[in-house]
Amino acid sequence: MADAPKIEVSRRGFLKGAGVTAASTVIESAKAFGREANSALQSVPTVGPGPLPIKLHINGEEHIVTVEPRYTLAETLRDNLGLTGTKVVCDRGSCSACTVWIDKVPALACMTLSVDAVGREITTIEGLSHGDTMHPVQAAFVKHDAMQCGFCTPGMVMSCAALLERNPNPSLADVKHAVSGNLCRCGTYPKVFAATLDVAQHRVASGLVTLSAGREA
Amino acid sequence: MAPETATLEGQQVAATPAKQPTRTDNFVFGIPQDGLQTKQREVPLDEPPPLPPNSELTYIGKPTQRYDGPAKATGKGKYTADVQLPGMLYARMVDATIPHGHIMSIDTSAAEKLPGVRAVYVIEHVYGVAELRNPKLDGPSRYPTIRYAGQPIAGVAATTQQIADDAAKLVKVRYDAKPFVVDRTEARATDAPAVFPGPADEAGSAGGGGGPADVPQKGNVHGPERRKRGDTAKGFAEADVLVESEYFTQVQTHSALETHGFVVDWKPDEVTVYASTQGTSSVRSEFADVFKLPKSKIRVITEYMGGGFGAKFGAGNEGVVAANLSRKANAPVKLMLDRRQEHIVSNRPDSHQMLKIGAKSDGTLTAIQLTSYGTAGVGTGAGTAGPATNMYKCPNLLTDEYDVFTNAGPGAAFRAPGHPQGCFAFEQTIDELAVKLNMDPLALREKIDESPARKVERQLILERTNWRNRKSAGSDPGPIKHGMGIAQSVWYRFVNMDSSCEVRVLRDGSVELMSAVQDLGGGTKTILAQIVGEEFGMAPANVVIRIGDTRYPIGPDSGGSVTAGSITPAVRDAAYQAKGKLFAAVAPALGTTADNLATQNGRVVFKNDPSKSYSLRQVTAKLPTDEISARATRVAEYSKDRLTYGGVDFVELAVDTETGRIHVEKVFGAHDCGRPINPTGVISQINGGMLQGISYALFEQRIMDDKSGYMLNANLENYKILGAREVPEIEVALIENYIAMSSTDAAGIGESAGIITLAAAIGNAFYNATGVRMRRIPMTPANVLAGLGKVQREVMA
Repeated sequence: MADAPKIEVSRRGFLKGAGVTAASTVIESAKAFGREANSALQSVPTVGPGPLPIKLHINGEEHIVTVEPRYTLAETLRDNLGLTGTKVVCDRGSCSACTVWIDKVPALACMTLSVDAVGREITTIEGLSHGDTMHPVQAAFVKHDAMQCGFCTPGMVMSCAALLERNPNPSLADVKHAVSGNLCRCGTYPKVFAATLDVAQHRVASGLVTLSAGREA
Repeated sequence: MAPETATLEGQQVAATPAKQPTRTDNFVFGIPQDGLQTKQREVPLDEPPPLPPNSELTYIGKPTQRYDGPAKATGKGKYTADVQLPGMLYARMVDATIPHGHIMSIDTSAAEKLPGVRAVYVIEHVYGVAELRNPKLDGPSRYPTIRYAGQPIAGVAATTQQIADDAAKLVKVRYDAKPFVVDRTEARATDAPAVFPGPADEAGSAGGGGGPADVPQKGNVHGPERRKRGDTAKGFAEADVLVESEYFTQVQTHSALETHGFVVDWKPDEVTVYASTQGTSSVRSEFADVFKLPKSKIRVITEYMGGGFGAKFGAGNEGVVAANLSRKANAPVKLMLDRRQEHIVSNRPDSHQMLKIGAKSDGTLTAIQLTSYGTAGVGTGAGTAGPATNMYKCPNLLTDEYDVFTNAGPGAAFRAPGHPQGCFAFEQTIDELAVKLNMDPLALREKIDESPARKVERQLILERTNWRNRKSAGSDPGPIKHGMGIAQSVWYRFVNMDSSCEVRVLRDGSVELMSAVQDLGGGTKTILAQIVGEEFGMAPANVVIRIGDTRYPIGPDSGGSVTAGSITPAVRDAAYQAKGKLFAAVAPALGTTADNLATQNGRVVFKNDPSKSYSLRQVTAKLPTDEISARATRVAEYSKDRLTYGGVDFVELAVDTETGRIHVEKVFGAHDCGRPINPTGVISQINGGMLQGISYALFEQRIMDDKSGYMLNANLENYKILGAREVPEIEVALIENYIAMSSTDAAGIGESAGIITLAAAIGNAFYNATGVRMRRIPMTPANVLAGLGKVQREVMA
């Protein structure tokens, strides 16, 4: 982090970017903003609205990318870094298709400013598998056919994998709750539930405690 | 092809050419539960031998892992929205901010001056809407007349999406606004603002948008399209019992997760089009028409596709704009609609239906009469008569379908066009008849339904659900009332003869299949791999499937459940022929003749000496050339019989009569789609159809503002679609139905999969729970409480 450029966002730009509210991620973003706010108020010059280079830690790798402060993390991942596994569907925090993990907690990349992700550990769907080896949740999604068109699938996988990180033995109601924000138009939900519960049951049966969740595991 | 007006009379059935040399084969026929029979058919000489039932096959009919499952689960599948090309520009559509009027001027100068903007294109013609029979009635103007808020006007392309979005806001449009109407009932009034200044029609499109032309039009009311058989007056006179009913359905938007969109790379030698489409061929055809290009200079690619549900065919305004921007900027351009625009680009029309059914006291139907009004906005195709016309035996029928123009986005084909609306009214009216006749609703259908498949399906409902324990209507004492209901669906066997493919066998043992057909998520890649795998005795996952590219042999557009039934016979034929060529080429080296070779358990064996067996790779190694290939095109149906498919769906639910909330607890569906190729994928699609049906019945509704003409809920937080918490317990029984129509007997399931029946089944279960008939969807708490007479509601329709 020592060589990361110091980033600050103008309050106006932040508010513009966050003008649409959606519960969980805005709170996440606001926290991130607040964490740096004290030092910002002292001496750090305001940056933006022009582009600036930032360093992002994604799937265990550092990426330096030039973005405008208004770019969302979803836009930066997809358009600047080519990580197009993260999908944008509603672009306003109501469908969870763009779910990534920020510091291992599910977050909506369309509701997170890229500059707010600086210094955070970002995991995307691409970071969940290694080469041809899929994360157990991904493998279970394939086994149970928990996908049709597949556009909601990366977001579903990120939500379900995060659930199993925090609750190794969830109930059906827990799974429904975990993906209650993930919209699917093809109707894959029943198989999403089955796949996630299958992973949990397999893990409990085999005594496994943690999943290999991306490279940081 | 126009599935929305689908009737048995209008069904496309390919005729067998007369002079082809043929042979007679015996095919397995019927439904296993009824006892399988044999059917003789004359088939072309080079057709593969008949397939045995699924129970005797290795890969066909077995639950099979989705071919591209890993690519989808890992995020590696590249959708049109994900395409990135060197130097690619991002575009945004500029659309109308008024619902009706003329454009006086468009000033693009500020947008063009914005740094990063590379091209601006102003639309000259709007596609996908009804057009005036006499275009001069619109008066002289440089620009198309605006008839709905959100109508595309222009596109801008820039180096980033953000700059394109900024530039789109800088395009200044001056309008001469005219009075407008967005409500179907108001639009029918003689003094309503005219959406079109004269009669207008929408031509049918590849996906089945559009509707009848050459029908009368008075004001905004276009129609009727009339269908008649027998004499309904006579039929009603003969009836012992009459039921008259009235039902209303809402406008539903497709809401595919991937929006409509294109990436177009316009080069002088070839135009490359990445399209989020249900028909690579339809896109190529429309690009050729619009740009006066030979089809050979247009390449369309759809590798992964994020949902269409009927609304994604052809070039669309997005494709035309993206192509013009690419040509102007001399760079590839990506134009995806935003979520608001996606809600406006297409929808399932609403309906107001009046039904009258006459029956004898034993249930025999004597007459059916249906009048329907629906608005497809500035399009047509709101008819609902499919179920009433084609489900049950009835000698006397009269249906009048009217389209009502409104200043709203155009309707489009949407999963079983017209049928969810029609079924909601018709299958509830059949239940009303059962009540009047004091008959069990299943028993009444047993009396009037001639479909062998639905007969087996009704038996499954009896065996595997709580149906027999159904209580009388509204008999639960407390405020939470439980009920059960069923409804039936009908859909049609359509075949698209533009279904071709090539199978290649390489010396190293690789087998490849190529076709332009696309996989929307229904699992087309998987079933093609199973069919090739079955012929060559190799695991489906080892067959290389290359589809979704018009450089390959032409594939069918995926609408009306045609894909599986159209392309799989061509694939089996090509695989069979390639295998024959392989055997002929290697037989001398193996010291035998081609007709002594067969595939068995993944190996090539001598028929006269099963001890002689080789791996496929050992055999292909003996090929004299590095590659052999065979190409096949869909052969005509083996018979001219006109077939329908159907399902029977059962719903168990609870109604909270104090809050108006409906909780669907259990859905059981029994369905038929010919010979199922991959039961896993079929059940996934049926789950999806049922859940879309519940979503349609309970939640979804486009809300138009009659003051502004805007759609008020063009987003995914206020346009509610079903989520994880609303998913009931679901069980699907898939029956095999061997029809002896092609070398695979496959058929699609997209339409008949639950979407047709669920609203009607929920309505019937609601009646069983409460003793009250819900005549309007969505069954939101407000509509339920109004239906129960607990609150007043303003009648909107």
